Amino acid sequence: MAQATTAPVQDTHGHDTHGHHDQGWFKKYFWSTDHKMIAKQYLWTSIFMAVVGGLMAYVFRMQLAFPGIEVPGFGLVSPGEYNALITNHGSIMIFWVAMPMLIAAWGNFLIPLMIGADDMVFPRINRLSFQIFLISAILILASLFVQGGGFGGAWTSYPPLSANPEYNLTGLGASIWLIAVALEFVAFLLGGINFIVTLMNSRAPGMKAYDIPVTVWMIVIASILFMLSVGPLIAGAIMLLFDQTLNTGFYDPARGGDPILWQHLFWFFGHPEVYVVLLPAIGFVIDIIATFARKKLFGYKIMVYTAVATAVLSFFVWAHHQFIAGIDPRMANVFTVTTLLISVPIAELLFVIIATLYGGSIKFTTPMLWALSFVATFLIGGVTGIFLGASGSDIYLHDTYFVLAHFHYTFFPIAIIGGFAAFTYWFPKMFGTMLDETLGKIHFWGTVIPFQFIFIPLFALGLGGQHRRIYNFQNFPELASMQPLRVTATLALIVMILFQLVFFWNLFRSLRSKEKAPMNPWKANTLEWTTPSPPPHGNWPPDQMPKVYRGPYEYSVPDRDTDYWPQNEPS
Amino acid sequence: MFERLAIQASSFAGDIDGLILLIAVLVGFWFIVAEGMFFWLIWRFRERPDQKSQYITGKEKHLKRWVTIPHALVLVCDVFIIIGAVRVWYDVKQHLPEPDTVIRVEGQQWAWVFQHPGPDNELDTGDDIWTTDDLYVEVDRTYHFRLSSRDVLHNFSVPAFRLKQDAVPGRTITGWFHATSTGTYDIQCAEICGIGHGVMAGRINIQDAETHASWMSENATTTAAQ
Repeated sequence: MAQATTAPVQDTHGHDTHGHHDQGWFKKYFWSTDHKMIAKQYLWTSIFMAVVGGLMAYVFRMQLAFPGIEVPGFGLVSPGEYNALITNHGSIMIFWVAMPMLIAAWGNFLIPLMIGADDMVFPRINRLSFQIFLISAILILASLFVQGGGFGGAWTSYPPLSANPEYNLTGLGASIWLIAVALEFVAFLLGGINFIVTLMNSRAPGMKAYDIPVTVWMIVIASILFMLSVGPLIAGAIMLLFDQTLNTGFYDPARGGDPILWQHLFWFFGHPEVYVVLLPAIGFVIDIIATFARKKLFGYKIMVYTAVATAVLSFFVWAHHQFIAGIDPRMANVFTVTTLLISVPIAELLFVIIATLYGGSIKFTTPMLWALSFVATFLIGGVTGIFLGASGSDIYLHDTYFVLAHFHYTFFPIAIIGGFAAFTYWFPKMFGTMLDETLGKIHFWGTVIPFQFIFIPLFALGLGGQHRRIYNFQNFPELASMQPLRVTATLALIVMILFQLVFFWNLFRSLRSKEKAPMNPWKANTLEWTTPSPPPHGNWPPDQMPKVYRGPYEYSVPDRDTDYWPQNEPS
Repeated sequence: MFERLAIQASSFAGDIDGLILLIAVLVGFWFIVAEGMFFWLIWRFRERPDQKSQYITGKEKHLKRWVTIPHALVLVCDVFIIIGAVRVWYDVKQHLPEPDTVIRVEGQQWAWVFQHPGPDNELDTGDDIWTTDDLYVEVDRTYHFRLSSRDVLHNFSVPAFRLKQDAVPGRTITGWFHATSTGTYDIQCAEICGIGHGVMAGRINIQDAETHASWMSENATTTAAQ
């Protein structure tokens, strides 16, 4: 591991050199094996899917705030459509937004650039990974329009509801949904293998294990975590597909099956999945905070170790999703202990991130605002998780809006705040122009402030005993009076969606701008800033591949003229 | 708007609320400390012309303790929360007190079916009372419920009791409650069960002994006569 090598990376591009060469439109934009183009493909697809998922949230939030209304742009929402919307909102936001955005897009773009490689080790597998992903994205969207409508059994897809068309009334939608999810897993397995092998084999000469930027560490740890956890679920998904289409009885108690088996398989993957998307986001945040605080990390190794500890522990907590599912009640005690233990490495990780600010000189650029707001917001998600991990209080809070608000306070910082942090930070490198700072800050405040007004009311609703996935709370006398909270959340969501137009305007302006971004606009140390923006095919000219002389966070080293010290600069 | 929040209609509602409060105090403390420290550091070390960034590795002993001591304290808090959680869990879910009455609850798409034992207090006898969506119980009595499902997963949840339990087809799960005040409260299905999940609303009617007895005699006779 310690000895890094650049050499025997085969040129699988089908060309002799990495120099500039002309490609047709199709080859360049669709059939490309260049990791930077594949990263962009993932990025645009995930942004498109985020718009779809966000508009779904608009439709069902309107129904909740104003039951029975003809939602502008959609019309009346039937109970079946409501279930399909919430199910696919959840599935899309996790599998087609968070994962492609955080792992696939930025992993593809950053891993070779940050470790000084000319491309991924397996460029063709990389291309295949995106193509499978694209098919899965088309399938999930198509599943909404088949006969019977989209699948409405929640993103957790618990049988017997999900297994039997007589119960869910959306037989075709449910099967296509399941196939789409399984294909998405295959795409990420292929991508993950590529990330892991690339990090192990393609590092620039001189880059030792602890010279690797934290972002790369986090993406690779997440990929390993994904690989190890997803197997049981793929097996489970195939059994569920058989139950749906071949009428087998894996999850049917009348024929010797067990519905709770699915829950174990699902959450054995489902809980590590949270950390699969969390770790890359934390990686971005750490890199951005170090750059804009002009500080060495407070404990680089602690960050890597706590990430590994979190990943390992995350395999032992899954049944906290099933405390009241009918499992042996004694199991709840064990899983309460493991679940609360996971707060220790995560708290430590946040402590060292906060401590990194001490003694810094903090520049409030747009990416830094996103990174800082990640910490402030994710803390709320973290502490509210304790209420749910503790078995006794979960009896009351399980499956209420408290759960919903809790995991939006984790997934929103991860996918949206983390996504925007990375996007605004690496945009100059990816596209070669700068984003506008003023528009960026308007968009930032217009996103994070409404976010609080959406989900803090939902915490209150959850404490008031309101359960999830119910399309009209007026049917419950105890819940009817809390309508003002639902209206507040919906209005805040509309405000937040409108502010996204600022982002798209900013994006559009910058992509058309003729003003070139400098090579290293943020004065950062990592290797991706040592090549032009955007980097050429092959990332660096073949005779100028970088060598590494030091760690990535040597900011403000005493007795130097500049407050940064790029990794490739000889001492 | 929150008048229902404070209602604790079962014997263990107070214990669960107490646990929630304990956790709120412990994590609330950490939350305020961490956010306070975080925003103070952001303010204190904002970019200023007279201030240079320092070179700190995190290995300095006098600085490292700012992370290691909170780290240890978090662990201590975790232990307190675990003890509280396990104690409440044991009382509510693991150790069931002897019942005065046993009832059956069955979920189906999309209604609750309740089997009351009737005046003889025994299930599966001629005077059993069957109802749909309305459950009738007597205050200050310990009930066991045998929970099952006819089709998909459901969840028998009574927020005023802080009670929740999945109903799983193919299994009968036993739970308990002991109502402490009369009134009528919501029963929500808390596990998505298809397009009618949103209307699967039941009511639990907690009556004093006298009302309950007369309800039983009225309904037992009519049911038996059928």
